[in-house]
Amino acid sequence: MRLSTGTRIAALAAATALVASACSGGGDGDTGDGAEAAGPVELTFWTWAPNMEKVVDLWNADHPDVQVTVNKQDGGDPAVTKLLTAIKAGSGAPDIMQAEYQKIPQLVSADALADISGTLGDDVAGHFADGVWNAVTLGSDAVYAVPQDSGPMQFYYRADVFADLGIDVPTTWDEYAAAAATIHEKDPEMYLGTFSANDAGWFTGLTQQAGASWYGIDGDAWVVDVDSDATRKVAEYWGGLVEDGVIDNKPMYTPEWNAALNDGTQVGWLSAIWAPGVLAGNAADTAGSWEMAPMPQWDANAPATGTWGGSATGVTSQSEHPEQAAEFITWLNTDPAAVQALVDESGIYPADVPASTEALSDPPEFFSNQPDFYEVAAQTAGTVQPFTYGPNINVAFSAYNDEFAKATKAKKATAFVDAVEAMQRITLDDLKSSGFNVSE
Amino acid sequence: MTSPTTTAPARAGRPAVATATRTTGPSTSGRRRLAPWGFLAPAIVLFVLFLALPIAYAVYLSFRTEKVSGLGLGAGARTEVWAGLSNYASALGDPEFLASVGRVALYGLIVVPTMLGLALVFALLLDARRSRATTFSRTAIFLPYAVPAVISSLLWGFLYLPGVSPFYDVFDALGWDVPSLFEGDLVMFAVANIAVWGGTGFNMIVIYTALKAIPSELYEAAELDGASQVAVATRIKVPIVLPSIIMTSVFSMIATLQVFAEPTTLRPLSNAISTTWTPLMKVYRDAFTRGDLYSAAATSVIIAVATFVLSFGFLRLVQSRAFGQEK
Repeated sequence: MRLSTGTRIAALAAATALVASACSGGGDGDTGDGAEAAGPVELTFWTWAPNMEKVVDLWNADHPDVQVTVNKQDGGDPAVTKLLTAIKAGSGAPDIMQAEYQKIPQLVSADALADISGTLGDDVAGHFADGVWNAVTLGSDAVYAVPQDSGPMQFYYRADVFADLGIDVPTTWDEYAAAAATIHEKDPEMYLGTFSANDAGWFTGLTQQAGASWYGIDGDAWVVDVDSDATRKVAEYWGGLVEDGVIDNKPMYTPEWNAALNDGTQVGWLSAIWAPGVLAGNAADTAGSWEMAPMPQWDANAPATGTWGGSATGVTSQSEHPEQAAEFITWLNTDPAAVQALVDESGIYPADVPASTEALSDPPEFFSNQPDFYEVAAQTAGTVQPFTYGPNINVAFSAYNDEFAKATKAKKATAFVDAVEAMQRITLDDLKSSGFNVSE
Repeated sequence: MTSPTTTAPARAGRPAVATATRTTGPSTSGRRRLAPWGFLAPAIVLFVLFLALPIAYAVYLSFRTEKVSGLGLGAGARTEVWAGLSNYASALGDPEFLASVGRVALYGLIVVPTMLGLALVFALLLDARRSRATTFSRTAIFLPYAVPAVISSLLWGFLYLPGVSPFYDVFDALGWDVPSLFEGDLVMFAVANIAVWGGTGFNMIVIYTALKAIPSELYEAAELDGASQVAVATRIKVPIVLPSIIMTSVFSMIATLQVFAEPTTLRPLSNAISTTWTPLMKVYRDAFTRGDLYSAAATSVIIAVATFVLSFGFLRLVQSRAFGQEK
């Protein structure tokens, strides 16, 4: 608690206004077109990909006329918050913006991303899988970003623990539940996973695998379909595991969870292709004992997976140089040398299909015990199910945090299903009260 | 202003100015009337720019809303329109907002008496004649106040998490089954504890400073009357520093209504803290997660008005008793 002087009382009311007015204060003339015309075009790039500046250096060395400056962001959510505030204020946005796929409808709806379909080459679309390309066009003729990386989900597990306990790698969700029960029974401290109420993107990926798509477009109206049979099935399944106590109910990405991965009390993780980086950072002591397998399946005959994470690079509506910016993001995400640098420096799983097979051959260092790592990954990437995000996915995600936090606290399977219903209601109400055309 | 020539003979410059006014006519007298405004101008400009205008803008925003047309994609899909009182109505009718107010009320009931009670006890102990190592103790108790709330929350967060907390290692070694503070309703105490830890030192210094200002004659008189140290503390010290205690109470109440940093920092660690756990967290969520500045502005205005009413109401209630006896 911090104590405040009397004047702070009033400043409280002004908190939001201060942000907006302070940003708009420097609104005019900070681009200085006249002076800039002679020098190189300067572009700023908001990204949170590690070592992106090294990749950008390759571009800057070859393009003296278009110089790109990397501005490091904390991550997907804070970057979007900052961008939307800058858009609202009328200035302060970068030229180029990394954006997670699920944020694109929201950014387009806030008029934060420019339509670059006019400046992109015709061959760009051919570099990407249809599902991925659809995420940056929203199924329209416009193009709002160029895909950078994708995050197909897989199952990561401690192969040594599975061998010790004589458990086979689960290929279906029934087997996963049985394995979770066996592991927790053998050692009550040990869990095969945790249900995290903090990671809406993770849960979205799980429902995507089961065939859910939380939004849809019906003519000129949005459809909200969070509360579908597929989502309910997933929620009920996980609620059952939490209720039985065979799966942990604490959030991921806490110091406690990191420690549990490292000390061997969390022995499995349903994660995505970028998991090796996280495991190497958090569970260094367990190097060489993890392996990756395709996700457990609902229907063993129809392998499927979802995605967790993955992002694209877009040009903001405030950019003074959209053409150069579009040229840069095309190079960044489709040029073989750039994609190779993204793999080497930033450790991403590229969305560009032709360049990625070339760039990804050896397994990540943390998984050097699994030579076929990227073969399995490519196989799972081919089974990603279609999924549509909507313009208020932020509302759906924050509803996920709150409603599933209640459910995991309650440890009841019925509470998990209630949480899905509440998410549907909150998301739909928000869309309607904002004035979107909604079809029910 | 009454004639300066008669009331302030010591200030040599004043009579001269007054004489000049009389002899040189209306233009200088106009300038004289403007002079105070000149001195006030910097304060007025800063006040208007950084306080009045933002408040007015926040109030303006609270009566506005954004309407989306069609699918809401691309430029021109959103227009700002007047919303009347609908933002206020939905804020006041929102069960999440009311729940967050209830939480903050309970939090305040825990934090304010505990923190001020500890601060008073520490201040009295430091002021007691027999205390040793007072400078060290004072600094040690004050030090947590210098730790930013985000840092202290992270620090305590690690200590609360059973998986990484050294406390829980000790509990396990002793065979105690201590529940996690992040499960269920105990989280209230987890957050309150951080506030008490961080705020006690500051309040102690305020009360201690007031104690130091008590004239020593009072103690001599009390000693002559045979008063014990405890009697001196309760019958002389506490009544005299009561205005300080009331002031720190008001500040603590305001800080309680504004609690934000601690629960926000702890939220990712616990299922028991929602994104609308306190009123300000709801404002933040509405403004920056949901992108709805308008209802966030309305909620801010409601919180500001409530803060005014509460702090001035409390002051009125206790003022006559606390400050009355000085007259």
